[in-house]
Amino acid sequence: MKPMIEVEQVVFLYKNNEEEITALNNVNIQVKKGEFVVIIGHNGSGKSTLAKHINALLLPTEGRVKVKGMDTKDEEHIWSIRQTAGMVFQNPDNQIVATIVEEDVAFGPENLGVEPKEIRNRVGEALRIVDMVEYSEKAPHLLSGGQKQRIAIAGVIAMRPDCIIFDEPTAMLDPSGRREVINTIKKLNREEKITIVHITHFMEEAVEADRVIVMEDGKIVLEGTPREVFSQVEQLKGLGLDVPQVTDLAHELLKDGVELPKDILTVDEMVMELCRLK
Amino acid sequence: MLKDITIGQHYPTGSVIHKLDPRTKILITFALIVGLFIINRFVGYIFVIAFIAAAITISKIPFKYMIKGLKPLYVLIMITFLINVFMTSGEILLSIGPVNVTREGVYQAVFMAMRLILLVIGTSLLTLTTSPIMLTDGIEHLLNPFKKIGLPAHELAMMMTIALRFIPTLLEETDKIMKAQIARGADFESGNIINRAKSLVPLLVPLFISAFRRADELAMAMEARCYRGGEHRTRMKALKMEKRDFISSGITMVFIGILFYTRAM
Repeated sequence: MKPMIEVEQVVFLYKNNEEEITALNNVNIQVKKGEFVVIIGHNGSGKSTLAKHINALLLPTEGRVKVKGMDTKDEEHIWSIRQTAGMVFQNPDNQIVATIVEEDVAFGPENLGVEPKEIRNRVGEALRIVDMVEYSEKAPHLLSGGQKQRIAIAGVIAMRPDCIIFDEPTAMLDPSGRREVINTIKKLNREEKITIVHITHFMEEAVEADRVIVMEDGKIVLEGTPREVFSQVEQLKGLGLDVPQVTDLAHELLKDGVELPKDILTVDEMVMELCRLK
Repeated sequence: MLKDITIGQHYPTGSVIHKLDPRTKILITFALIVGLFIINRFVGYIFVIAFIAAAITISKIPFKYMIKGLKPLYVLIMITFLINVFMTSGEILLSIGPVNVTREGVYQAVFMAMRLILLVIGTSLLTLTTSPIMLTDGIEHLLNPFKKIGLPAHELAMMMTIALRFIPTLLEETDKIMKAQIARGADFESGNIINRAKSLVPLLVPLFISAFRRADELAMAMEARCYRGGEHRTRMKALKMEKRDFISSGITMVFIGILFYTRAM
């Protein structure tokens, strides 16, 4: 089967005060249809730049990015690429266009030239998926951060994308808002079969992904299932990244001679393993 | 709180006037403005007052609320009144030092003040009965024919929508910056006007920077959602003229006719 997203040897340079900065340095990624990929890395690691490449907001200096086989450099595909690969940004306030929730959700399909009746259906459906139907007539500025971000997600879903890229959607939210958004993202992947690329610096959000990619200095330094990646506790810490708390605890216990597997990711697993000890 | 300010002051009651197509309402308001300038004697005002009073009654907006809307214009109306009283030459009624009050002046002043008051009430009725979104939609549709001569109708409407969308966001931000600066000893309340204006500069600078950053991010988010201007764009809520629109337009035409008649009388 054809991959949803192909990033082939992408290099991206930009100028900052006459100085050339390499934001992406020979990055290769393939994302399969229906996959849930999490990209982690700290500020300046190039993860947001990579996200903008998938949506054709940025074009690679070298190499190529393909979405469903369409090259982002190909101008005639640009709108179908953006429809196929939707994007949700970090600041919920700065991506809502209209003064009424349902009007904002309708913004994407309106841009695509969808029939008014069909837009109405899509808006209703999108709001149902993110569980915001009762807010459809409200003004966005009266909603909480988590709710605004769900509206932004609904706005993307209404365009019927195959894939959604989340660029740190939880960074500006409080814990409960973060939970709302994460649950919505998981639901999209599970129930709507939408391919997800989720960029974050909260390690806990990476635990349930199909695959985790760790970026540093514009390069991919680690890639694998959450279990494979988070078992590399030393290397991650060397990069200045955290591992989920439980994994960290298991790592420390292991160092002290407690016989635990080194790929524990959740509290439940930890409890199981500890009970098995004797 | 700053948050409660609503620009345009939409007052929903669900009346027939609220349900009218925004295009109809904009055109009627426009006709009313023209009508007010057609009038050249007091008789005409009787009809205008009757017309506006009828409209307010149908709209179910309390009269008190309408009068309250005049408050901010109090000074403007007074200035217009006084200038007209003192600056018109004619038969002298009263002399106060170097200035004269003339019969023509008093007549003119009352005439102009009434025109101004009716103008404000008439136009505020438009914003009170129409939500901002509907209003921009109506403006966009009415300006569409001028696209041919290069008027960016869609872009203008989009600009207005975004401005309306960001008013509460920026007000909230102003509030935050103000509090942050007050916490560090800034003083926005004491001193004369010049001092107070000066203290606003450190408030406006961060606000502007943030507004530009927001604009940048919003532009990116809009592009990511396939925004490419007005072409090929459809609307979820299409505007539709109905029977009530034709009836109210008809009434307005009769009304304007009467005003012309009073002028020629």
